Amino acid sequence: MSQIAGQAPPAAAPRKRRRLGVSVVLCLAVLIPIVISAVFGSAIAPHDPALQDPTLGALAPNGTYWLGTDDLGRDIFSRLIAGAYTAVAGPLLVALGTTLTGTVIGLLAAYRGGWFDTVAMRGVDLMYALPAMLVLIIAVGVLGGGYYVAVVLLIFLTVPTNIRLVRSAALSQKEMAYVESARVMGLSPARIIGVHILPNVSPTVVTNFLLDFVGALVGLSGLSFLGLGVPAGTADWGLMLAENRAIMDLNPMAIVAPAALITLTATAATVLADAAYKRISQAGAQRD
Amino acid sequence: MSILAFIGRRLAAMVVLLALLSLLCFGLLGLSPGSPEQLLLGTRPSTPELRATIRAEFHLDEPFLMQYWHWLTDAVRFDFGVSAHTQQEVTAIIGERFHVTALLAVYGLVVALLVAIPAGLYAGVKQGKPGDQVITFGALLAISAPAFALSVLLLYVFGVALNWFPVFGAGEGLAENIYHLTLPAIALAAGSAALMIRQLRASVLDVTNQDFMTFARARGLSPARIWTVYLLRNSCLPMLTISGLVLAGSLAGAVIIEQSFGLAGLGSQLITSVQQLDIPVVQALALLTGATVIIVNLLVDLAYIVIDPRVRHPRSAA
Repeated sequence: MSQIAGQAPPAAAPRKRRRLGVSVVLCLAVLIPIVISAVFGSAIAPHDPALQDPTLGALAPNGTYWLGTDDLGRDIFSRLIAGAYTAVAGPLLVALGTTLTGTVIGLLAAYRGGWFDTVAMRGVDLMYALPAMLVLIIAVGVLGGGYYVAVVLLIFLTVPTNIRLVRSAALSQKEMAYVESARVMGLSPARIIGVHILPNVSPTVVTNFLLDFVGALVGLSGLSFLGLGVPAGTADWGLMLAENRAIMDLNPMAIVAPAALITLTATAATVLADAAYKRISQAGAQRD
Repeated sequence: MSILAFIGRRLAAMVVLLALLSLLCFGLLGLSPGSPEQLLLGTRPSTPELRATIRAEFHLDEPFLMQYWHWLTDAVRFDFGVSAHTQQEVTAIIGERFHVTALLAVYGLVVALLVAIPAGLYAGVKQGKPGDQVITFGALLAISAPAFALSVLLLYVFGVALNWFPVFGAGEGLAENIYHLTLPAIALAAGSAALMIRQLRASVLDVTNQDFMTFARARGLSPARIWTVYLLRNSCLPMLTISGLVLAGSLAGAVIIEQSFGLAGLGSQLITSVQQLDIPVVQALALLTGATVIIVNLLVDLAYIVIDPRVRHPRSAA
């Protein structure tokens, strides 16, 4: 039984690795143009994304306006390119902030244990009990501040997941012989955590980063969709989706394209997270 | 750890959570921009008499904790005061709209279970086959697609382009409600169905590799018996947890869905009240939703003890 199970992987492994490659390439093919659009924005858009031409009205896709126009005559394609900024910048900030804080607290909680661990984990339990999207809607709606207040709030709301995942990954590392020998050699806790444990929990950290990005993208564009995120008039995928609902019979692309872009970006980052986890843990396993 | 100690600890944690939640909800009044007095005045003309009445009614001249205490003692009796915007009783507003959200949540859960249980079991049993890959990829898309994007797409395809379903409102009467809520329920169910499929697929894989499955097959038990008694029972247990959480989470998820489909439920009310800074309504909705989530979480954990004997006797299982 175990022999059969042991023989199966080598035959399946190369095929699996090749399939992994294809999905990663596809994800990058989705994500790289979006990041480029976020960086260059309206500079690479065929039309001015904010230019209104009420005489046009909501046009269906045509030669001049590839994805048509909205009811104010603004070019949908250009607005999608300009909208990449809020779809990437905020989620990136959230992912960076969350992964950084979550990793540090998670590692410390696992390594030090004791009161720090207890306090951190009780805090995490507490945050877990609150429905994040609801907190976001109420807090941003009542306090005001829109997009960037939401970015800060999202970091707070996402950190608990990161702490929990990093902590449990680090806990299993802590029991390993190499940590014990590092301690016996008299290395400082900072060095053991930073140089020895951190690389071994890096698959979790990288995955967290990408999944935090996805969560923040969905959260922030959802807020904008509800009219609580970016200011009215901003080119933002979530807001476009809300604004163009009224013209979906005239120009369906005005809602299909932003919906598809948000979904594609989220899916691509999720798949990438999965692939990155496997790739990094494999690389680590081979090095051993 | 005995079961009673476990339950006791969970109950204590729940009380602490509820206290904190209520403090947060009450704190909304103080945290909002503008003075509490002005907020509670809403759209009414500002007269000294009315201001004095509001100060007295909400105990605004007393210290914060006393205000909180007054608010909380009213809140536990489901008295949340009147809306600052319409002067309607908050409880009446909630009562009018509760059934749409409740129906949507239950409908969404039913749709999710109906899709996820066969799909998840199939994917688990046929692991690696094309059917599994299609289901797994579908689940990935459904989990990544935000509810609002999915809502608008469903509206366009089935509401506008194919014209199968209405695009606005919840309709009158139960039959019409169900018809009108079909697209919203699908939009609500997509994410949770995807979660369930992943969970089921994983637990089927897990169960199939257990020794007792090998023994059951070796003992020559019929495939039907293996399926129902061994596979289904063991892999469907987590569905209970997920169902509870999905139902509680629907209250939060309904916000976006109701807003997308123009349904007059609690979620769309929350958005309206948040935009109008109608604090008494926001407080009530936040407290009720948060409390529901916390209580359902506890009930799910307790139900697990009742259903899964291994949780009850952790030592003997290990």
